[in-house]
This record gives sequence, C-alpha cells and structure tokens, in this order.
Amino acid sequence: MDKEAQRAHHDLGGASKFMCEPVDIEPHTPTAFDREVDALRQMLAAKKLMTVDELRRGIEAIPEADYHRLSYYRRWIRSITDTLLRHGVITETELRAALGAE
Amino acid sequence: MFAAGETVRVKDAWPEASGPVHIRTPHYVRGVVGEVVRHLGDFPNPEDLAFARPAERRPLYHVRFRKGAIWPEARPDDELLIEIFGHWLERP
Repeated sequence: MDKEAQRAHHDLGGASKFMCEPVDIEPHTPTAFDREVDALRQMLAAKKLMTVDELRRGIEAIPEADYHRLSYYRRWIRSITDTLLRHGVITETELRAALGAE
Repeated sequence: MFAAGETVRVKDAWPEASGPVHIRTPHYVRGVVGEVVRHLGDFPNPEDLAFARPAERRPLYHVRFRKGAIWPEARPDDELLIEIFGHWLERP
C-alpha cells in the first residue's frame, strides 16, 4: 500500500498534501496563554507527573480535524489535560468546576 | 547492535494501524535501505515512556538515506540523516 496512505495524520514529513504550502518561519511571540501552558508542563515534569514523551503521545492522539485546527500550545493543553485525567491527577468533576469558574 | 558503515533496512512495520502507539520512525523511511553512520548512545525507549511504562534502554543510530530512495522526484544524491532506534532496523 502507498506509504502516505498508511501514515498517521500527525506524521507530516514529506506528505504531498503540505508540499505546496509555504512554511511559516517567522518567530512568534508567545501569548500569556502559551507561557502559562509551557510553565504548567515544566511544573508537571519537575513533579514527575508527566513526561515530554507522554505529551507527544497525547498530541498525536488528538483527532485529525482538531489537530490541524488547534494552535501549538492548545494541542499541548489538550494533551496535558487528557494525560492528567488518565492518571487520576485531576478528575473530570474538578476540571469542569475549574472551567466553569472562569 | 549495528556498526558504522553497515547497510540496514528500516522495518516495513505499521504499528499505528493496530492501536494507539507512539513511534519515532517517520512513515517515509519504512522499508527503505540506508547506511548506519554512527551509534548515538542508548536511550530509554520512547515507545514505552510515552505510555508511562517501564522503558528499556535501546541503541539509537544516525542512519543516512539517499533521497532518491525515498522520494523519486528529489535530487537523488541528496542525503537525509535521521535518528532511528535499533529495534526499527534490520539487515537486508
């Protein structure tokens, strides 16, 4: 079978679908949200609650449509949330309460 | 273990087709023949780390491919150098 047809949706290297799109190489200033997500990931690693390998796995597990729609750090927070729920570090009730409180 | 200069083929395996996995071997080099450039060291297998499982240390290699072997439309003698874990390599 054609390799490209077998690739996982996040395995983008050399995918012809993206070859005609210019690559954005401009530096981007992180938003306050981006910085907060980055800090959260560093704290979770320091406390040994989550590794970068788990972060990557969680990002790769985001369904294709969401994967392409979400910004870089929104993919991170999605992965972090899924991982912490799976490990029982936070519960869905706590998450809903925290989101509802905003 | 593989030695520098050894010819290797990346396994034509597609574990992503049968369930959740985390792999560091890009789709476009699966089944392609290349050359081991150097052993980079042994590292805990990220395929297990990604699921918070105990991870064995596995050898990681720099493997060089001719671009023409991967993308026929590329300049064939350009090279592509990728880090690939030993358990993804076999002797052709």
